Amino acid sequence: MSELDIGILALQGDVAENFMSTMMAMNELGIDGSVSQVKTPDQISAVDGLIVPGGESTMMGQLSMVNGAMNALKEKIESGMPVLGICAGMILLAKNSKDRVVGSTKQPLLDVLDVEIERNSFGRQKDSFEAEVSLDAMEIPSFQGVFIRAPAVVKTGSGVETLGKFNEKIIAVKQGNILATSFHPELTRDVSLHKQFVKMVADSKN
Amino acid sequence: MIPLSGDLPKSKGIKSESVDSIGVTKGTSTLKRGFAHMLKNGVVMDVTTVEQARIAEEAGAVSVMVLDKLPSDVRKAGGVARTASLRVIQEIMDSVTIPVMAKCRIGHVYEAKVLAEANVDMVDESEVLTPADENHHIWKWDFTTPFVNGARSLAEALRRIEEGAAMIRTKGEPGTGNVAEAILHIKKVNDELRTIKSIYDSGDKQGLVSIAREFKVSFDLVEETAKIGRLPVVNFAAGGIATPADAAYLMSLGCDGIFVGSGIFKAEDAMERARATVLATTFWEDADAVKEAQKMINEKQSILGLDVKNLELRMQDRGGSA
Repeated sequence: MSELDIGILALQGDVAENFMSTMMAMNELGIDGSVSQVKTPDQISAVDGLIVPGGESTMMGQLSMVNGAMNALKEKIESGMPVLGICAGMILLAKNSKDRVVGSTKQPLLDVLDVEIERNSFGRQKDSFEAEVSLDAMEIPSFQGVFIRAPAVVKTGSGVETLGKFNEKIIAVKQGNILATSFHPELTRDVSLHKQFVKMVADSKN
Repeated sequence: MIPLSGDLPKSKGIKSESVDSIGVTKGTSTLKRGFAHMLKNGVVMDVTTVEQARIAEEAGAVSVMVLDKLPSDVRKAGGVARTASLRVIQEIMDSVTIPVMAKCRIGHVYEAKVLAEANVDMVDESEVLTPADENHHIWKWDFTTPFVNGARSLAEALRRIEEGAAMIRTKGEPGTGNVAEAILHIKKVNDELRTIKSIYDSGDKQGLVSIAREFKVSFDLVEETAKIGRLPVVNFAAGGIATPADAAYLMSLGCDGIFVGSGIFKAEDAMERARATVLATTFWEDADAVKEAQKMINEKQSILGLDVKNLELRMQDRGGSA
């Protein structure tokens, strides 16, 4: 088996943090592989799995339209490449998104995850929070959730599994090869969620 | 990699409970600094109106900074520059989905409190406005809202971080369209970081103690910074950035992102220039992409710019010695 190559979409946001968490997860699992920062369609087509990091979803969506990354991403994800979307990444994967205050926006989305997102669902930065969440379906009973101007899932399609809720809002989902969270696992030292994702990528490659 | 808390004094945050009785904490260092981490590789644009904020969002800005006047107009108008109207800030927050920042005067605790209560996402304690306290900056650990501060040197940056700044911007000379000072200061900070890193690597603790005394900050903060060899918070470049090439150059000097003030909305081609600046910041490693971004702007429409040597008002000096 060739080495696992996991990409971090590096247009904007907390790329380095996801890079570190993924490296640590691979080490802890004893899986050989590399992590790379990807921006262009060519780089995207070369990886076995991809993380769309936290950042600003509007910006990332617009930038990935500019250089053709949007189409390359959509194609790869639809053909089964495992992808983890975090916060802005979750929004970008979604079918629909609305802002809690501003309402509908024209922001470009990948439309691969059959959910509707409410952006800034818990409020502005002053209301950003940390709290323990459980993702039992992922075999992660307890995880320190870091929610920064976080989105939440308000509607799910039939193929979407809810992995976790907080304050009655859906904050983690899975649909086949797509995993998405409202919170930032890469801002904690706990790499259990990144480990689950690395396993998903390893399984899909075998 | 930037640590989110390390050994620094920490904001413990404000505790409460969720509806199902799970502990919730707001305003921790992780949340304040983490917010700045989400802006990395992005451009924050100065705006004065809802219309400008919409253009900025459309162009791909990661955040907007609300001012009453753009820095170059502050320069022209003279008088006292204060925080923007809350009505305008509110209108902008209701119109764009990206984070909204606003500036308060250096040391003006209550302008900051007003902005925090108004729910802006980050407060910039800024030398572009007229300082309210020549001797003290705001003690930012008291706030749940994160702060960004300017710095011309490592000492200034660390003093601001010790006061609780969650993000730094290396200062340029605002409102001049002249990038020279921004370049000077990031290079100075980089040199100073290399110096303290080599002191740390040589195991010279007394050398670090001397630095801490010279910088007027704690030993712990100097040691942690020296150990990682970079500022322990996200650092953007600011002041005088006018073109995509300016932005790309500053990214190549190790800045985590860019603040653009008068450079965009004082240019005559604001919409294209905003987009071009974002593209150059994202793809700075690719000279061809930066060229394509630079092609989108017309130099005849750039902000005219000022010679920084002969300025009557040097904004960067404000609050620098405190």
